[in-house]
Amino acid sequence: MVGIYSFLERGPYGDIIWQPTLANYARALDPLYLRIYRKSFLLAASTTAVCALLGLPLAYTIATAAKRWQPSLMGLLMVPFLTNFVVRVYAIRLILAAEGPINLGLLSLGLITEPIMMTDSTMAVALGMITNYLPFMVLPIYVVFEKFDFAIIEAAKDLGAKGWPVFSRVILPLAKPGLLSGLSLVFVPVLGEYMIPDLLGGAKTLMLGGLITEQFLRVRDWPFGAALAMILCIAMVSVLWLQHRYRGTMASHGSGGRSGYSRR
Amino acid sequence: MAPWLVTGAEGGVATVDVKRRPRPHGIAYLISVVCYALMLLPLVAIVFYSFLAPGDASDIRQWSFTLDWYRALTLDESIMQALKTSLLVAVSASLGSTCLGLFGALALHRSRFSGSELVTGLATLPLALPELVLGLASVIWFGITGLSLGISTVIIGHITLTTAYVVTVINARLSDFDSSVIDAASDLGATPWQVARRVTIPLLAPAIGAGAMMAFALSFDDFMISFFTAGVDEDTLPMRIYSMIRFGINREIYALSTALILLTASGLGVSSWLRKRSFHQ
Repeated sequence: MVGIYSFLERGPYGDIIWQPTLANYARALDPLYLRIYRKSFLLAASTTAVCALLGLPLAYTIATAAKRWQPSLMGLLMVPFLTNFVVRVYAIRLILAAEGPINLGLLSLGLITEPIMMTDSTMAVALGMITNYLPFMVLPIYVVFEKFDFAIIEAAKDLGAKGWPVFSRVILPLAKPGLLSGLSLVFVPVLGEYMIPDLLGGAKTLMLGGLITEQFLRVRDWPFGAALAMILCIAMVSVLWLQHRYRGTMASHGSGGRSGYSRR
Repeated sequence: MAPWLVTGAEGGVATVDVKRRPRPHGIAYLISVVCYALMLLPLVAIVFYSFLAPGDASDIRQWSFTLDWYRALTLDESIMQALKTSLLVAVSASLGSTCLGLFGALALHRSRFSGSELVTGLATLPLALPELVLGLASVIWFGITGLSLGISTVIIGHITLTTAYVVTVINARLSDFDSSVIDAASDLGATPWQVARRVTIPLLAPAIGAGAMMAFALSFDDFMISFFTAGVDEDTLPMRIYSMIRFGINREIYALSTALILLTASGLGVSSWLRKRSFHQ
């Protein structure tokens, strides 16, 4: 349905004229919108990268912790993961707010005299994305780590590998299937995220998700919104397809295995 | 079984922990602490602020604590109404998608017609689509069919999402399900209804339960689909919180958020306790 709508025209009063057209797609390629795509893409890519850098060591630490601690460590991860999404986003807003703990701390230490405005910025949006989507990275990697025999790492050390080689030649290749799942589980939803930029980014940071919602609910230009949504879907499907292809070539080299974690 | 589960000398199973587990690098510990701080401190802050009495928050010496926000919360008609709506939607979506998902998964499992792969793919498609797209696809669909937006459209919208999860969960269970027991039951003279009631459904009960709970949680948490399909009159709880944030109401949201965080934490606690108990039996 969304696909069909994207080829239709919009009537003068927000109604829909049943006449096929490519105008919506032509309009979607306007430099104004291209800038929004680029910003959304960059944000999604950097969020994914940061989540990978944080998530891999975290999953490793949890997986190597003593058995009896693991449920608690996972629980501490699951509470924010399962808490209502709006609440989580709002909690980040509170942390950064003028009356939030960071500003209060700095004020009472006398380091600043005026609260710093940290909300309504791209940094706030990025922080919100990272904290919200980090579990999507950690869970699949943890599932992979949990299964493997850590004696391999001892063996690598016994054979004289130290520090970085142990990580890059042993740990990283073993974690790869989980890491790949995590990458797409973070990248795909972040690209289409609406609420985090809306609540943390203020009016300045319009992302793809916000743009589509705007077209549907405020401007009421459904065909154009549908065209944008189709572009978003195509971007996502190609990411998943690339990942699938890559996994395919990897599986033929003897590793692989899918972890069945899905989004929130 | 995990490699550290070894059989003891007396034939009992003893868990030999660690030893083989490497100690992560110091940097990994540091990053882990940072991660937990990033995820948990905002929630801790919200809980803390929910007890803070009104006044100038910037002066720590003047802080005092109160339960007023919780009282205000229980007296707020619109929040209670939104909570009722959310519960109604979540229960209906959970029931609806469990029935649909169960019969769908069974039908797809038992019959291998030419398009069955495609149908499975389509049924689980909402898993891969962003909720935003799902929401606007529903609203376009309701526009064409002429359904007026309200609580029923929210329920239908949620069912499209949650059914995908239910089908996936039940399918996973069905894939290592020995269907010869069904044949055996019918050979022994059971009617199809008896087979379903006495054999299939009891065997699938854990998956059905897990699917129903997942559907409930997803529906209760959902913002995006409700946002698109609710129209102007109905508010679910997440939508209510969202509009409160938009209108700049603060302290009540802290209290409401704290209640939701505690609900999540206790739900997790209960489920892990249940799992542990069934494990020890």
